[in-house]
Amino acid sequence: MRYRSVLTALATSTFLFAASQAGAADLEVTHWWTSGGEAAAAKVLAESYDKLGGDKWVDGAIAGSGSTARPIIVSRILGGNPMGATQLNTGRDAEDLVKAGLMTDLTELATKEGWADFIRPAKLLDACKYEGKIYCVPVNIHSWQWMWINPNAFKEAGAVVPTNWNEFVAAAPKLKEKGIIPLATGDAWQIDGVFRVMLANLGGKDLYLKIMDEKSTEAAGSPEMKAVWQAFADARDLADPGYVGRQWNEATSLVLTGKAAGQIMGDWAQGEFGVAGKVAGTDYDCLPGLGVHPVLDTGGDAFYFPKNANPEITKAQLKLASMLVSKETQVAFNLAKGSLPIRGDVDMQTANACMQKGIKILADNNNVLPSYEQAFSSDTQGQIEDLTTEFFADKNMTVEDAQARYVEIIGEAK
Amino acid sequence: MAGSRRPFAPLRNLNAKIAAVPMIVTVLVVFIGCTLWTVVYSFTSSRSLPTLDFVGMDQYVRLFRTSRWTVSLKNLAIFGVLSLSFSLVLGFILAALMDQKIRFENTFRTIFLYPHALSFIVTGLVWQWILTPAYGVQKVVRDLGFETFNFPILTDGRFAIYAIVIAGLWQGTGLVMALMLAGLRNIDDEIWKAARVDGIPAWKTYLFIVIPMMRPVFITTLVIISATIVKVYDLVVALTNGGPGISSEVPAKYVYDLMFSRGNLGQGLAASTIMLTTVLIILVPWALLEFRPRYRKGEVSK
Repeated sequence: MRYRSVLTALATSTFLFAASQAGAADLEVTHWWTSGGEAAAAKVLAESYDKLGGDKWVDGAIAGSGSTARPIIVSRILGGNPMGATQLNTGRDAEDLVKAGLMTDLTELATKEGWADFIRPAKLLDACKYEGKIYCVPVNIHSWQWMWINPNAFKEAGAVVPTNWNEFVAAAPKLKEKGIIPLATGDAWQIDGVFRVMLANLGGKDLYLKIMDEKSTEAAGSPEMKAVWQAFADARDLADPGYVGRQWNEATSLVLTGKAAGQIMGDWAQGEFGVAGKVAGTDYDCLPGLGVHPVLDTGGDAFYFPKNANPEITKAQLKLASMLVSKETQVAFNLAKGSLPIRGDVDMQTANACMQKGIKILADNNNVLPSYEQAFSSDTQGQIEDLTTEFFADKNMTVEDAQARYVEIIGEAK
Repeated sequence: MAGSRRPFAPLRNLNAKIAAVPMIVTVLVVFIGCTLWTVVYSFTSSRSLPTLDFVGMDQYVRLFRTSRWTVSLKNLAIFGVLSLSFSLVLGFILAALMDQKIRFENTFRTIFLYPHALSFIVTGLVWQWILTPAYGVQKVVRDLGFETFNFPILTDGRFAIYAIVIAGLWQGTGLVMALMLAGLRNIDDEIWKAARVDGIPAWKTYLFIVIPMMRPVFITTLVIISATIVKVYDLVVALTNGGPGISSEVPAKYVYDLMFSRGNLGQGLAASTIMLTTVLIILVPWALLEFRPRYRKGEVSK
């Protein structure tokens, strides 16, 4: 007995997650929610889980963005050292892990609670399915297609506050004169995000779907797609040289403080405005869909539960899964995160002006797009990211060259 | 043992042989085994998990069509040539200066060697702060009154790799200096005296007498620096993360990204196989030349 407890103590000191006491489990949850707004949202989950009694949420936040955290998470699971639960993006992040049978099957719980009835859009749950079984819990809807602007920056420069992308480009010279950065952006994935948004909102829904769903090289080489590349070429003149290596929340804070006029970034940026105590509509404003085509993709975060040998952990996993989809958690969590809830039957009256816009757009199923993560493997996403960032940094690269290589990548995508 | 006095040949030095077994197993399994595994799977279409679905040269074709990979190779060449030559030259000069029986030698040696005690991540971050236009060198010079001063080494893709070279040199030169200094201290004082008697100027003595005598030290140093060059990864991640765009990418980063964050094992393994081949192409002929058995008398070392 004594020997055992010493052993447990040793194990906990090295591996926080390995400890388990009778009847209650410590559930280590890994995620990469580390910016101000995100951390506040993660805390909501941790507190509500601990309140359920018994099991404990052991926070395993991994600093850096998803591209840093994902390999750490995946290699831990592959290496036979699984955590209790982990956040990943909705989509194909964990596809191979699920296929290899490393994830806990949630189907029983999902049928009992009737997830399929209230999770909307239904595509979110489809992304968790493999061979008809459910392996993950979507917790929120994030869309990339938002542009955040600081109206005061435009007023200061004597420019009209834009209502769409073209007006934004037109206002840029005046902003530059005043020393305001027109478009704040940052390291690779953020630049790639700008391109995604342009594809959906400047290219339109049809083009987007042809490329995402059919992987059509014809669409990728079309004149409409060329216009998207052209707009992306415009964007590289609007960024300041200091964008290299900038974090997304630093870019957001440039907009917050009026040093930059706008940022194209998913709705998670809203959490930062919230933490800073800014009011939507006056201190900052949002242009969903760049003000051109208001369509949103429905990516987001999902929780996966790697298989554990300990049955206590499995029980704790199911408890967490059930809590994540519950009405109370959905409202509290999403208000903190600035994202939209995964169920349509909750009351989001307290949401701010920008979130209301998003809820309204998503209410119409025609405005819902599949996310990149659902359509492309991380390999293809990586290839596109390499291309877009190379193009963005190298002003000598022509639109034609870039588009030709884009067609090639889409042609190879699976 | 009956019948023969001498022990059975394979059992001679049994202790030594048993002691060597773990190392032999390690070499066979870890080095050779894993290398073979890498090469075999580089011909498959493996994604996150290895599968034996052979696709021929597909991974290699894609690899050399990818501009990120070709840029990586070019960067490694620039980084390699520059850091190898500069760290050898600078390291030797520093060591030679240090060898002039100066005062506070210990202090200087510590100062120069200190960067080597830092991890590449720290070095990378420090230099990122120094070189970034908004806070670093550019801002300081501008604040001094030179309003138009531009120093876009981190933000202009054409120069980013040189920022990595600078940071690498800052970190690595101290070690080279220490090795060289040890070499210099091994040179017999008699040689210096003889050279002085013959009236040979100091720089000539260094160039034509001391350096050839330090050949083994140079080789050791060369091997150590080359290894750090080929595997350069963390410095790039911390300093530029491959940016702007893809302009400061290096092969090791490509391998890591493809294998772990993009779930394409086959592609990552193909890239690492190419890295291995490149190293072998350079290393094998050189090693054969360097370590071939020599006649003690026939060849006079210069």
